Amino acid sequence: MVKPKLMQGNECCALGALAAGVRFFAGYPITPSTEIAEIFSKELPKLGGVFMQMEDEIASLAAVIGASLTGKKAITATSGPGFSLMQENLGFAAVAEVPCVIVNVMRLGPSTGMPTLPAQSDVMQARWGTHGDHSVIALAPSSVKEAFCLTVRAVNLAERYRVPVVLLMDEVIGHLRERVVFQPDEKVVQWERKQCLNPKSSQPFEETADGIPPFFSFGGEYRHHVTGLVHDESGFPTSQREGISRLIRRLHYKITQHLSDIVQVEEFFVDDADVLIIAYGSTARSAQAAVVRAREEGKKAGLLRLITLWPFPEKEVSTAAVNKKAVIVPEMNMGQLALEVARVLPDKNLLFPINRVDGELVTPDEILSVMGRIY
Amino acid sequence: MCAVYHKYLRLDHLPHIWCPGCGNGIVMGAFIRAMEDLKYDQNEVVVVSGIGCSGRISGYLDFNTLHTTHGRALAFATGIKAAEPRLKIFVFMGDGDATAIGGNHLIHACRRNIDMTAIIINNCTFGMTGGQFSPMTPKGKKASTAPYGTVERNFDIPALAQAAGATLVARVGIYQVNLLRELIVKASHHKGFALLEVISQCPVNYGRRNQMGDPAEMLEDQKGIIKSAGLGQGLENYFGQIFQSEQPEFIEEYNKMIVQAQKKGGCDV
Amino acid sequence: MSKLWKVRLSGKGGQGLITASIVLADAAIRFGKNAVQTQSYGPESRGGACRGEVIISDQNIYYPKISHPNLLVCMSDTAVKTHAGFLAGDGILIIDETLVTQTRPIKSQFYKVPITGLCREKLGQDIYANMVVLGAIIRITEVVPENVVLETFQDYFSLEMLETNLQAFTIGLKAGEKAIKRFGEFSA
Ligand SMILES: Cc1ncc(C[n+]2csc(CCOP(=O)(O)OP(=O)(O)O)c2C)c(N)n1
Repeated sequence: MVKPKLMQGNECCALGALAAGVRFFAGYPITPSTEIAEIFSKELPKLGGVFMQMEDEIASLAAVIGASLTGKKAITATSGPGFSLMQENLGFAAVAEVPCVIVNVMRLGPSTGMPTLPAQSDVMQARWGTHGDHSVIALAPSSVKEAFCLTVRAVNLAERYRVPVVLLMDEVIGHLRERVVFQPDEKVVQWERKQCLNPKSSQPFEETADGIPPFFSFGGEYRHHVTGLVHDESGFPTSQREGISRLIRRLHYKITQHLSDIVQVEEFFVDDADVLIIAYGSTARSAQAAVVRAREEGKKAGLLRLITLWPFPEKEVSTAAVNKKAVIVPEMNMGQLALEVARVLPDKNLLFPINRVDGELVTPDEILSVMGRIY
Repeated sequence: MCAVYHKYLRLDHLPHIWCPGCGNGIVMGAFIRAMEDLKYDQNEVVVVSGIGCSGRISGYLDFNTLHTTHGRALAFATGIKAAEPRLKIFVFMGDGDATAIGGNHLIHACRRNIDMTAIIINNCTFGMTGGQFSPMTPKGKKASTAPYGTVERNFDIPALAQAAGATLVARVGIYQVNLLRELIVKASHHKGFALLEVISQCPVNYGRRNQMGDPAEMLEDQKGIIKSAGLGQGLENYFGQIFQSEQPEFIEEYNKMIVQAQKKGGCDV
Repeated sequence: MSKLWKVRLSGKGGQGLITASIVLADAAIRFGKNAVQTQSYGPESRGGACRGEVIISDQNIYYPKISHPNLLVCMSDTAVKTHAGFLAGDGILIIDETLVTQTRPIKSQFYKVPITGLCREKLGQDIYANMVVLGAIIRITEVVPENVVLETFQDYFSLEMLETNLQAFTIGLKAGEKAIKRFGEFSA
């Protein structure tokens, strides 16, 4: 029998990264993500890895990208204000296709906001925060164990798709401590970046069939150029219209072409439900509690929990919404993911957002009371 | 000598984008000659640059090259060096890059004393964006955003870097190309953070606005700037070196800490 | 099925209540229960309002927060003012008699324990008050057996700190016992 352990979300996030093969962390302290940096500062040196506390979050992501270019798996962790500062280099990682993971333990903003209180208000920033048009992957854990698993997955997806992956964890999950069980047969699978095998026949930003170019690492056998300018397949700046468009389009389709590999949702009593709740992160737990209580009262409620937030699980949401009388979207923001849900619902009148912006988690009672009004 | 340039240049990416009379090419030439002296395996060298005219240097040189975001070159370079310490790192920045938007990264790279060579090409202006004043534009000089002359003072880069903890700091004029080559070699051999300020010229966006004449006349002018900073061409100032000291280097200190941490026992993941 | 516990420890930053809630949650898990621990605190690490919460259950715990605790510990007047009104109908209220000035019984299950006073008197310092609290809770509620809590201590305190924390815990157990007696007299 494996002994269950009391573990914290932030702790599991750091340990998940280490298990996924991360050996480089650079960051700048910020509540409520600091435990992640603290754990890396303790564990990485033991593994011969690098922990760096940089002068700010701009430098943190820059250093992470630099490390990743040498072939190391690299990560940073921050919260709102730091995430804002990282946007510039997040865009760099997107266009230069440098694998890296950015953990954002969401707190209430804008600006310094409420440093110790939870929010889910960086959902849109994770998607559209940097200038320009590009794809990202963002994942949202709902439990402490999942903070471990999704950090592993974030690292793996970053490596496989050569993209920055954002782990959008809210403060509730980051600071939550709960019972975690790791089964002895539970293995952490590591995905590796596609390596360049022959520089004569491949190029560092080549348009391959799967959209993902082979990786050339600094200090490897082949030299190449990496730039934030729009570049051609060789990696050098281009101003040819066709080349520009080809790069921007590929940055999109290398993600959209692989939705079945990337998008994950979890269904909880969805099939026969009359009322569907769509939630993510800690609010999904309130939703789960609400579904259980509603079912006890004989009400057919169900939950579609979004694990992948970006790319948005469009197909899964529209399928789950078929024949539902109402779709409730509880969030700790003024309605960010609800916008996406509204986009794919056949009838916008079916949508009932619940928005909490006082630094408290949406309660099951709030969800049940909305449900009571409509059903 | 031609063969040397061919070895280190990406010829298919020339001609470069720089204006006639620009100092960037002169710095790049001195760098290539220094590489010939240093004889590093090109695969083991990383050239990192910021954004600006000077930032384009990385694209023309045949090493591992990284053209980063404006002002952040040193932070990217820090990640590379920390992750793969065996690589030799050279960072090129403009004066705006290094002392305006990247000022914070500059002082912290100095403080960390991480082993790399940084070269600031100081043309006293924001060249790429059309000649706005930078923190290195001397007071009173005109710029596109200082039509009456700047009212701000400029930094003294070597003094700044030294105070911030850099362990090799030098200022050199662009007409001292041989000295520049020697300093790059010396800086690369130095264990720690080495910073070279190269006083360069931007005839198009700075010189013209300030009636400084053609590029050759500007070089004459620069001689004066260097002299006023206390440096002549005399033998005593041959190295153009202002400051060198020995201090603990970041990677070495980090490795010592790893040994200590590993004595304490393994990770339980 | 045993009782579902919703424990809220409330007071000020610096009293160690978050640590106490973590130890309690950990002990509950060792005891084979399901448990979640959350906390809420201001930006300051000393003096601001602060609370640690633990839910202990045999079931899955989805919603991890507590709206109506059935065990509430208050270690300041503000804590009483803020939280006492949310105590569940059958809930237990424990107040630190040393720090809380209002000692009029608020709910039927009302225990007064001079937590900080005992700590000061017996250990010369306030900082172990959190383990006195834990002792009192364990005695009053028997939510987790004593020996399991003691086992948990090994993981949370360095050798130098362990001894005094154990003493504090024992002081808490005794104080809890006394409070139960007082409560008996009171309700009789
Ligand atoms: C965040 C950001 N702000 C502004 C710019 C626009 N920009 C590009 S180059 C440059 C100034 C370059 O001046 P300098 O660093 O002195 O280099 P030079 O072009 O003179 O070599 C500026 C402001 C940018 N690219 N990124």
